[in-house]
Order: sequence, then C-alpha cells, then structure tokens
Amino acid sequence: MSNRDKILSAVKQNQPTLVSLPEVAQFDKYFTESITEFKKVCEGIGATLHFTDSYESIILLLEEQFATARPVVTSIPELAAINSSSAIFNSPQEYENIELVVIKAQLGVAENGAVWITEADVLERALPFITQHLAVVLHKDMLVATMHDAYKLIGKDNYGWGTFIAGPSKTADIEQSLVLGAHGPRTMTIFIMGTLL
Amino acid sequence: MNVALFIPCYVDQFYPQVGIATLELLEKLGVTVSYPIKQTCCGQPMANSGFEHLTGDCNSLFINNFSAFDYIVCPSGSCTLHVKEHLHDDKNKSAAKDIRSKIYELTEFLTDVLHVTSLSASFSHKVSMHQACHGQRGLHLSQMTELVAPPYSKPGRLLSMVKGLELVTLDRADECCGFGGTFCVAEEAVSAKMGIDRVADHVKNGTEYITSVDMSCLMHLEGILRRQKSNVQIKHIAEILNAG
Amino acid sequence: MNAKKQDHAALSEIFNKDEERVNWHDETLWWVRQKRDKAAFGVPEWEALRETASAIKHHTLSNLHDYLTTFEQKAVENGIVVHWAAGAKEHNDIVLSLLNKAGTNKMMKSKSMLTEELHLNEFLKEQGIETIDTDLGERIVQLLEEPPSHIVLPAIHRKKEEIGALFHIHLGTPEGNADPKLLTYAARLNMRDVFLTRKVALTGVNFAIAETGEFVVCTNEGNADMGAHLADIHIASMGIEKLIPQRDHLAVFLRLLTRSATGQPITTYSSHFKTPRKGKEIHIIIVDNGRSVQLGREDFRASLKCIRCGACMNTCPVYRRSGGHSYHNSIAGPIGAILAPNLDMKEYADLPFASTLCGSCSNVCPVKIDIHQQLYKWRQIIVQEGYATPAKKAAMSGMNFVLSNPGVFRAAGKAGRWVLRHAPYIAANKFDPWYKHRELPQAPKASFNEWYRKNREQHE
Repeated sequence: MSNRDKILSAVKQNQPTLVSLPEVAQFDKYFTESITEFKKVCEGIGATLHFTDSYESIILLLEEQFATARPVVTSIPELAAINSSSAIFNSPQEYENIELVVIKAQLGVAENGAVWITEADVLERALPFITQHLAVVLHKDMLVATMHDAYKLIGKDNYGWGTFIAGPSKTADIEQSLVLGAHGPRTMTIFIMGTLL
Repeated sequence: MNVALFIPCYVDQFYPQVGIATLELLEKLGVTVSYPIKQTCCGQPMANSGFEHLTGDCNSLFINNFSAFDYIVCPSGSCTLHVKEHLHDDKNKSAAKDIRSKIYELTEFLTDVLHVTSLSASFSHKVSMHQACHGQRGLHLSQMTELVAPPYSKPGRLLSMVKGLELVTLDRADECCGFGGTFCVAEEAVSAKMGIDRVADHVKNGTEYITSVDMSCLMHLEGILRRQKSNVQIKHIAEILNAG
Repeated sequence: MNAKKQDHAALSEIFNKDEERVNWHDETLWWVRQKRDKAAFGVPEWEALRETASAIKHHTLSNLHDYLTTFEQKAVENGIVVHWAAGAKEHNDIVLSLLNKAGTNKMMKSKSMLTEELHLNEFLKEQGIETIDTDLGERIVQLLEEPPSHIVLPAIHRKKEEIGALFHIHLGTPEGNADPKLLTYAARLNMRDVFLTRKVALTGVNFAIAETGEFVVCTNEGNADMGAHLADIHIASMGIEKLIPQRDHLAVFLRLLTRSATGQPITTYSSHFKTPRKGKEIHIIIVDNGRSVQLGREDFRASLKCIRCGACMNTCPVYRRSGGHSYHNSIAGPIGAILAPNLDMKEYADLPFASTLCGSCSNVCPVKIDIHQQLYKWRQIIVQEGYATPAKKAAMSGMNFVLSNPGVFRAAGKAGRWVLRHAPYIAANKFDPWYKHRELPQAPKASFNEWYRKNREQHE
C-alpha cells in the first residue's frame, strides 16, 4: 500500500464519529473600522501612519521621508514617477539592493493593524520582504474591524498568493528584546487615502 | 440537614486543628455534623501517581462511610475534586455517582449551600490567599487569571467577612505552589523552587499569614517557611473563619 | 547520546543548580504570559473564540479523511505537488530526493517543529546536505548544536551574552557585544546571502485549507517568505492535523494564535500559498508519524487540535523552572508531555509526571485542549503498560493496603507521628527529597480522629 493509502485508511479507521461544523458566531461589535483605532494598533506594532488625500502628497511625503533611499520600486501606476530607472527585473534575486517598495494594500484590519496584499499588488512575491523599507497605500473605505470582516471581503478570491502584513519584520528571539528589522523590511509606512476630504 | 465531615488523611494525622476548626465552624453555623470514624483517604495519592486502578478498595470504603448523608463536607479542594472526578465503583455505580454529586469543599459549602452572609470571626492580621489549584481551577472556587471572565472568589468573600482581617494581594495571583502530591518528592528540585518562589511572593507583599483551602499546599509552603526561619505562618482558611 | 538517558526530574535538578538563571528563565516566560493575558483581555469574545476554534478542530478531526483528500485534490489543481509520508524516514527521503532533483546540497529552512520531530537536519547532514535554519532563534540553537527549547522561542534558554559570544565566533560580531539589535542585524546581513543563493526552501505549515488547497505560514521575521519567494523549489512539511475546512475559519485561528503565543494581535506575516510562482515548484509533504494512532486514542485525540502557540509552556510553572531541554523531546512543556508518549511510551514515560496538574495550561490553550486531564490519563496508561518503576509499584500497593484498612491506617499514622515527634532524624535526612529544601510537618500528639473520639460522641 502506498504511504497515501496507508495514512488515509488509518485516519478513516481512527477518526471519531462525525460532529457538525459549528457556525462562527457574529460577535458583538467591540471592534470597529475606526481609523484612529487602526492607527493606534499600527503604531503599537512599529508601523508609521500618514493620512493623505492624493498621490501627489504621497510622493512629497516619500521624498521627504526616504530622501536617500534608492532604488525605489512601486507597482502603483499613479506613483510611477518615483520608480528608479532600470529597477524592474526578471528574477526576484535582482531586487536585492532595493531600498523602498511602495504597493497598494487591498484592505486593512483595525483590530490588529494588518493589511492584505496579494500577488496582483506586487511585481514579485519577494518584493515586500526583500526591500529595506515598505510603504503601502490603503484607501480609508477598505478598513474593516476584524479578521472575520477581512475574510468576508477576501471571499473566494482566486489569488495565487496573498499575505497579511502587520508592521515591519521583527524578532524577539534574543532574550525577548524586540528588534524591528529581522529578515524583511526594517520600517513600514502606511498611507491612508481619502482622509482629508 | 444530615452532614458528614470528611477529614483528609494527612489533615487527620498532621493538622488535627484544621479538622477541629472545620467541625466547630459548621456547628457555629447551626449544622449538625457527623464524623464517620472509619474514614481514611480519598485515594488521590495513588491515582495521581498513575495507580487509579488500585483505588477500588479505598472507594468502596468511602462509599460505605458516607452514603447515608445528604452532604459530605471536606476542608480540602484537592481531595474534594478527586472524589468528584474519580470516585467510581463498578459494583455500586449509583452510590458512587451519588457520592460524587454531594461532596463539597468547605468554602463552597458555606457559600453555595449555607449561603453564609456573615461570620462572627475576627482575625486582626495581614493575610494572603494561596489559590490552591484544584480548588480554583478544578472546583472553580475563584476565577482563574487565564480566563477572560469576571472575577469572583468564594474563599475571598468569606475572608472579607472576618473582622480585622486585611487581605494582601500577590504579584502572581494564582500560580501553583509546586506541591503536586508525589510530585513534591519525585520532582524535588522544581517542586522546592516553585514553593520558594511562591513563599517569596507572599513575604514580599507583607503578609503575616498564608491561608488556603488546601492544607497540602500549606504543608509544603510551611516546610519552606520553617526552613527559612521565617516569621510568616500558615493557617487553613477554616482556622481563620473559626477564629475569635 | 548517553546509553542511560536522564529523565525530566534529573535534568530539572541540573537546570536548578543555577538559581539565578532559573529566576531569569521564569521571569522572561512569565512576562510572555502577561503579554498574552493583556492581548486576550483586549478581545471580549475571547472565550467564545476559543470554544469555536476547539469545535472547528473537533469537527475537522471527525472528518479528517475527507478533508485530507479534498485538500490534496484542490492543491493538485492549484499546481502543487502533494507527497505523503507515513513517518520520518519517508518524509526525509522525499526532501532528499527533491534536493537531488534540484541538483543542490544546500537548503534553507524556516521554523518547522515537524522537521524537528522527524530529525530532518541530522538526516540531511549525514547525506552531505547543509541545512541553514533561517529563523533567528533556530539559527542560534543550530550554531550552538542543540535543539530548540521552546516551540515559539527556540533560544529562550540562552542569555544575550552567550549569543554575543556565539556570534563573535560565527559571524564576527565585536567581542563582548551582547546588544540584541546589533546581533540581530549581524544575523540579518549574514542570512541575506543564504536567501539569495539557495535553490530550495523548506517551511512549516500553520494551517492548510481543505476547500481551497492553500496553506498558511506565519512568521514575524519574514524568513519563511524570503525563502519561499526566492527559491526555485518550496517544500512545505505539514502534519495531517494542520487542516481546517474553510478559508474564513482562518479568521478564528489567526485571531487566537499570536495573541496566545506572544501577545501580538497577529504575526507580522500570515502568508497564504495557493499556487507556485510561474516556472517554480511547491511541494507539500503530508506527514502522519503517529498522528493517526493518536486520532484513535479517544482520551488523547484532542491533542491533535494543537496550533503550536506555546502558551501552555509560558504559563507552566514547571516548564518555566525546568527549561525546555528537561523534556528531552522536540516539543517541550505540557503539550509535549501529552504528545510524546504516543510516539514512544517507554522513552517518554516520565513526561506526564512532570506536572503538578495545576491546570493552567488547559486554561490558556486557544483550542481548549484538556491538557492536564490528559496528563492524568497518560499516567494511568503508563503505569498499566508497565512503565512504572518497581519501587513505585511496591510503594503504591503498600499505600493501598494502609488506606483501605482503617485500623492499619490509624496504627500507621500513629507510628509515623511518633517517629516525627521522638526521632525526626529518621525521616529528616539527606535521603528524603522532601527534607532537602523543606522542614517536615510537626507531628501532633493526637490525630483528629483521636481527638474526635475523646471530645464528641461517636458515629459508627
């Protein structure tokens, strides 16, 4: 018998009597899709937040915050002006010296400060990790309260790969001392669009 | 109300004053208490060591001693929990089930059955509460710090009725003392260290008396306090509720 | 390896020789427990979430056969290659064959407790394959040539000064520098080259989704993503118990996992892998290694609900004072103590006894595994299967005789008290483990029973 059949038949024989799948309850709305709550949580996990109403102002802020960070790569057409020339490559390894990546986030979660990004938002899956600094642009209407709400929006989306990112990469593996910048980005900046209307 | 007293084996042998205080306290509250003279032990020392299969004789004896009563009251959360969870008798299943449903730890009995709202006790000292795990996490005598749920404490409420008593709070409200039955000798190093750390928390917070619903935890903590020649003493909660 | 292995009690005694280190270990992990409390109390529906997670896992285990086949079918449709491994040998051979096929003798690996359980690194080393653990804590213990002592915080037993000295030797950091930030950056720089050059990356799996055939990997460091997105071949090793039915169930588990583990609201990265990158490969190895046997043990199958958060270790007063290595098993702490006897009852017969049964582990468990009840039940089985020491058996039979015979009990009690009062040195000596750190109880003249007979009417 193959390993597969051996395992499956042992599982079938030993699994308990079928019990039904529980409904996930609608919890009382303790968490809300509040921007101030989101900001507080994001800052608690080491991210920086900016409220903005135009791509022009994002460009200005980026130029101010990351003046020396070159090369820069963005997958957002409206920000194409900040792209460093010849910074679009064929293999992920070639992005090794990228300093700043700016991408769009599809949604943000107020309860934990995470943003949802899929393959469609990045040029390479490695991009949001290999860069020294990561910036994301999130529209204020795409803020949800909890992870339950997030998965409702994600639904049956047929992404090849997607990820929740919550702040810069971090570790506390040495004596529980928190250090920002483990193997991924050392900083994370979130631009909330549409807040100054 | 036909109430029987179950005095755990080590309390009987080493801490008779706890049995006496329990009996007197119940009598003060107007309860007629019987003490079946042929009782020994609940069998927990064997069962927790993996020898539950040897506890059959102990269980039969327990059933013979206590079947006739409406309530069984015991001044130990740990022994009470053991009876509630593990007292079985294949020859007499219904009697065993009956025993399991009518055994109460002392503070649980005072709170849930007698609905005690005042006590005549007075004890003008700083007292800290050691949350014995089996009473707390097993019998739910007090809320557990791990759970996201409102606080309450049956023994704490009773202690608040004692005149002059000042309840001391601890840094770690419900950490285990490390007694753990045979664990205390089989795992001597960790058991002793847990006890030393528990004692340090109580002492640091300025207690004069460490109290608990379980004498086994207190026996362990007392052993450490006396080795350290500390002035801090131990007292079972029955002794405090019966004081003055 | 020693011919005669030391048990948990012996290893704990060694750990406790350095009290200052025990205090530090205890306080560090207690701090993690406090962070967990703070995070949990920030979610009013916490207990309901735990209940839901537990029930979803129970349902999944009760339908595991079908979920496994659905997952396999969906994953294959997504372009993932699915392998099945009954045990360590099969799993490790599959990894080796994939490395051979890729024509490389170098692999990078993010955290996977499963590969620790299967001793993958040792196996690959014997085959001439160099594996580099990319998680910082894992890398530290790998350089120290010791196993992780905690499933979430692998190097939590090591002080920063020791890590500074280690990195001075291996990564050339300045001698005597123990700054966590400097040491982390040194590891970051060193690991960049690994990420950029290795062709094969192995990761663990936190959750596998039956309905979509995708799987989720959670890290804080970003090392799993760096490896998986830069390598040509991504191997994901998962135990059969990692399945959950639907994608939206992730909401429940991701809300619980990291709050329970470290007190963070979520890990920095929760990556959902559904299809390979264009022209690249993803291989999933589905591993049994005793899990289907555990599934058949009614009293113990709930242990398969575990999502490896480590909360039971952080709260365990024994673990905090004995260190992870005292459990001599890839998974330490209370959860390790209920998983290990299923793999080898004789080898791990001591672990269910390495607990006071205080019950704190069960209360922090995000999937509500009745850990302390299972410890009690393992004790009964281990004794009945004959793994108790003869001395213990004799002592217990003696105890049974005394406790089931009231006359004998009273005579024995009286004799014992007489000894304690008149010749305490018989009991209080260095051979008695109680006496090492504790005084013996002061024996009263009369037992309660004797007092009662004298002072109250008799009830026969």
